[in-house]
Amino acid sequence: MSEGKRALLVMGCPEVPVQMSMVIYLSHRLTKCSYDVTVAGTDAAVKLLKAADPESYYVKKTVDLDELIANIVEKKIDFDLCFAFMHSDAGMTYGATFSAISKARLFAVVFGKNAEALGASIDYPAEKIVAKATHNPNPLKNKIDKVVL
Amino acid sequence: MSCVEQLKYRLYLERTSFKDARDYIEKNSEEVYYVDPGYKIFKDYYIIGVPPVAMGVRGKEMLFTYVKPCHGTFVMGIDSPEEISRLRDNEAKKIKKSLKGRDADRAESKQAPASFSEMYRK
Repeated sequence: MSEGKRALLVMGCPEVPVQMSMVIYLSHRLTKCSYDVTVAGTDAAVKLLKAADPESYYVKKTVDLDELIANIVEKKIDFDLCFAFMHSDAGMTYGATFSAISKARLFAVVFGKNAEALGASIDYPAEKIVAKATHNPNPLKNKIDKVVL
Repeated sequence: MSCVEQLKYRLYLERTSFKDARDYIEKNSEEVYYVDPGYKIFKDYYIIGVPPVAMGVRGKEMLFTYVKPCHGTFVMGIDSPEEISRLRDNEAKKIKKSLKGRDADRAESKQAPASFSEMYRK
């Protein structure tokens, strides 16, 4: 049962197309499993998300990434699950930060051209979902579908 | 935007990897301290990073990593005797804490075994 449980989706830089598609998909899937879902990202990433889901049908709550980190560090909020999306060294670094500051079960969702190398560089506690996907979301979607929530 | 960007800062490395930024701080600082991700500096910046996160002191200047999702990692330097003093205090607290832990271990190991059988059990 996941009622009353909270899930966080952390968006990295929105330049790789599959990320937005997978965030909306995963938010929908987690909501169907009764998770209270929050999506965090930079101003640009949140704007893209809101433009794609204007009536908040798939994503009910969004939050600024830096503000969220402050709130987790100050112990004002935490989550049961955290999916950190990453396709660059900066995204991987943010994942490490969530691994250190949050008690959530962490999934590192690694995609993009260098997914394998980036996934191999993750040495902090996280369950890795790695797929070399940039435009076609299906390789990543198939791996996300295998995650037991 | 974090308050860090509104302060008078110097940039030493731009759009690099976190590992290269850490190496730079370690090689170019007079003192190096390690903090956990989420360590707060200035008014509202919580350090983003892969542990161990290095922070350096060079004269009056504090060197630290600044990560932006779309731009990578930067090494920034800001003159701040207050933040440097806080870093040193933080390190002193960590050392004190680890020494306390070691003292407790020693106290435990100082207890002589009551019998030979107990000694062999160890």
